[in-house]
Amino acid sequence: MSALPWTIYVSLAGATLLLALGRASPWVARGLALATALAGAALGATGAAGFTAQPGLQTLVNIPWVAGPGIRYHLAADGISLVLVMLTGLAATAGVLFSWNVRERAAEFFALYFLLISGVYGVFLSADAFLLFVFYEIAIVPKYFLIANWGSTNREYGAMKLVLYSFAGSALVLAGLLWAHAAGGGQGFGLAELTRAASALPAAQQVPLFGLLFVGFGVLAGLFPFHTWAPTGHVAAPTGVSMLLAGVVMKLGAYGCLRVALPLCPAGFAAWQPLLGGLALAGILYAGFVALVQEDFKFVIGYSSVSHMGFVLLGLAAATPQAVAGAVLQMFSHGVIAGLLFAVVGRMVYERVHTRRLDHLQALGLHRQLPFPALVFVLAALASMGMPGFSGFPAELSILIGTWRTAPLWALGAAAGVVIAAAFTLRVLQVSFFGPAEPVAPTDAHPPPALDPITWPERAGAALLLAATVYVGLKPDALLGWILPALQSPALQPILRGTTP
Amino acid sequence: MNSWPILTLVVLAPWAGAALLGLRPGLGDRASRWLGLAFSLSTAALGAALLAGFDPARPGLQFVERHAWIRSLNVHYHLGLDGLSLVLVLLTAAVAPAAQLSGWGRAGPARVPTLLLLLLQGAALGVFLAQDFFPWFTCWELSLVPAYFLIRLWGGPGAARAAYQFVIYTIGGSAFLLAGFAALFASTGTFDFGQLAQLGRDGALTEQLGPWGVRAAFAGVLLGLAVKVPLWPFHTWLPPAYAAAPTGTVMLLTGVLSKMGMYGFLRLLWPLFPAQLHAAAPALLALAVAGIVLGAWAALRQEDLRRMLAYSSINHLGYCLAALFAVAAAAGGERPAAEAAAAALAGLVLQLFNHGVTAAALFLGVGILEARAGGRSGLGDFGGLRATAPALAAFAGVAFFASLGLPGLSGFVGEFLIFRGLFGLHPAAAVLALPGLLATAQFLLTAWRRVFHGPVQGAAAGFSPLTAAERSALVLLTVLMILPGVAPGILTSLTHPLVTAWAGHLTP
Repeated sequence: MSALPWTIYVSLAGATLLLALGRASPWVARGLALATALAGAALGATGAAGFTAQPGLQTLVNIPWVAGPGIRYHLAADGISLVLVMLTGLAATAGVLFSWNVRERAAEFFALYFLLISGVYGVFLSADAFLLFVFYEIAIVPKYFLIANWGSTNREYGAMKLVLYSFAGSALVLAGLLWAHAAGGGQGFGLAELTRAASALPAAQQVPLFGLLFVGFGVLAGLFPFHTWAPTGHVAAPTGVSMLLAGVVMKLGAYGCLRVALPLCPAGFAAWQPLLGGLALAGILYAGFVALVQEDFKFVIGYSSVSHMGFVLLGLAAATPQAVAGAVLQMFSHGVIAGLLFAVVGRMVYERVHTRRLDHLQALGLHRQLPFPALVFVLAALASMGMPGFSGFPAELSILIGTWRTAPLWALGAAAGVVIAAAFTLRVLQVSFFGPAEPVAPTDAHPPPALDPITWPERAGAALLLAATVYVGLKPDALLGWILPALQSPALQPILRGTTP
Repeated sequence: MNSWPILTLVVLAPWAGAALLGLRPGLGDRASRWLGLAFSLSTAALGAALLAGFDPARPGLQFVERHAWIRSLNVHYHLGLDGLSLVLVLLTAAVAPAAQLSGWGRAGPARVPTLLLLLLQGAALGVFLAQDFFPWFTCWELSLVPAYFLIRLWGGPGAARAAYQFVIYTIGGSAFLLAGFAALFASTGTFDFGQLAQLGRDGALTEQLGPWGVRAAFAGVLLGLAVKVPLWPFHTWLPPAYAAAPTGTVMLLTGVLSKMGMYGFLRLLWPLFPAQLHAAAPALLALAVAGIVLGAWAALRQEDLRRMLAYSSINHLGYCLAALFAVAAAAGGERPAAEAAAAALAGLVLQLFNHGVTAAALFLGVGILEARAGGRSGLGDFGGLRATAPALAAFAGVAFFASLGLPGLSGFVGEFLIFRGLFGLHPAAAVLALPGLLATAQFLLTAWRRVFHGPVQGAAAGFSPLTAAERSALVLLTVLMILPGVAPGILTSLTHPLVTAWAGHLTP
């Protein structure tokens, strides 16, 4: 348990060290980056090993920080935090492995990368709303530089749009937090204090307060119709950063909704619930249809992330223990699967054939020349379609079960979303790798392009993420055993309907 | 009870073969083929052991394996086998090796298609043996993956579109099946087929889900199964897929995978939702009869052997569906119709086995023709084959006449029992389905005459003799078309107690 805060410190130390190295050789930077990522993952796993699941947050550190407004440096964890800390460790490690080929100012790249990671760990471990907000901002700022400096297609636009949306969302969150703080008479920013203060507010005030917090955090989770930053940002980002953006940064938003917005305003949530369910479904279906007609490989994956995050938001909106447990499981699952998909598209394919246009890829019939990426993409696509045996299936099944209890029509909409996800995933699979049925005979004018072989970091990263999604798919108890007890925390009881199974 | 996990072995043996092939990228074609054949025969060997240990007098599940799997979702690893499962395991045992053998003559690397066929075989077996929704659905969905790639990568013209259509239609159905089971779990907290069936019989499901909830769940499960079988008008994915798929794949698709849907009707839909199925049965019976008649008529108009056989599959599975719906419609009626119901259900199970073997044999024959005609399979591409390929003509003759239900061959007994039951339960449906029977006879005889009789023409000239692999596959399937025709008791004895128990539930 006590190892968990060190995930933040190790990532920060790694970032500082990398920054100090400045223009060191890429090999040194990579080695240090991999060591930092592995250390974070190992610390997370150590913390998990000593964890006993019980309702409510278990405090790790709690010292006063800013006395006046009662801000405390209060870190704590429960099963939900733990799942996301594990995800961050996995995604950060895989992201480094798929950024192995960053040569230009590699140390600086990885320094920003780990600054972002430290913010992510911090958000998942904060039990003080102000502290959570600070970490949240730490995770947002480096994204801009990472995308604008190391990105590809339309990177300035993508980076700026992403950061403006993120800041707009944080502004709403900050306003909400200050309101809740004032309602509590300025007693403090601790989540427990804020919950006590805000949930005592009359419903007429809780409704706008909930709106500020949920929509503010929801922007980062790809809440329809504020999702448009996600596809452009994901596409513009370098591969390792796309993996982090879709894999963990979008989870920050969903985590904020669950950890802050829902417990603070139960009455506000009750008023918003029908709208939120509708928006989540709209996101699932709309982003799915848009993904179905994209012509750029990476945009398909970008929109698929929005569609899959819609399931997370639907689970939260349904607010039954099964649905919320499924939402948290889906956060983990999508984090791993989106990482894999972006790795295949951005690193394994794009950096070898230098195109992401689906019509160009179709003509290449890549599965013959790149059998390993083809296999990885097939497995990742199956996982993304919600095939049983992979982590997405128990997550979607839990969400469907829990959603049915709240609103059967939502469950039917989500089932339609599963079909659309299958349609766009299969389409992109078929077009990207399995182009023409017969190989086009190479002629002298068009020799078959010589493609770089797949490197060991790519193999290792893909194996790591595939192992995670299959393990959780076959043994979802490993994570649900942490998540379900956490849902019995008193803070969530006013929100969750029905008994925990 | 959990002494020797023979059912796990049944499912895992083909997958072990697939894993072995997957881990040896350098394996040659010859070795791949023999390995594939050996592992596909594992089902036959284990099936023989099952047959030896099976107690036909007991209607319940045997060889049960049950272990807790996912506690948070109350999922159990639960396998079990009754007479129906056993018949379908034996069917798979026959069709899978024949499907492997059908690919032995094809040029090109053999390792991956062999591997995919083994994956498909294991998934189908898992569907026939799983008694808990989670493992059942896992195998149900996993079967799509190898089928998709087999069609996509080794299929004929139009394969890309056909494969996509096949998977999206099937997932389109099974997503709602999944939602239906999510609804069931939300109210009952169990995924176990046995427990859910008990709740269905008691009427507790209706109580717990509410009248609309249970109807929605029923509709979802029905949709998933109807696409798979397929029930008219959810059949449109089938002809393109059967036309494009490579021979071994189409043999498994029609021989085994279409039975998965029918098995789902018997294992899930009927036991869980008896009242809902009873209410919907007249409408569904009309669809099934429409499938019988229109499938046969559509087959009559085809100029391509594969498409003709595809529509004929829709027609033949229509008999199975009609039998089930007629029984469900008659359930709880005033007249005790147990005897007619037992006949219809016994015929249904026989028809599952017989159609599986016969359709696989027919598609194998088409594959043999295509291999010698540069991939063509039009009715007009051949003529007078009886003279140039007498052995093939003999085998094909058995399959054609078994398919149209000549007494003495396998098809007759099943269809006879189904019609015998239909006349007792729902005479109007039986009369309306009769034109389908006649049209079947007509298109099969027409095809038989055009391909095998008359002057030698088209690709029939210079027809190379059957290879040993082709001959072995044909002999295997032919024996299984003659044997149940002469001695149907071999199969009916396995399912008799089960069928009696089913029919016994009908009268309140």
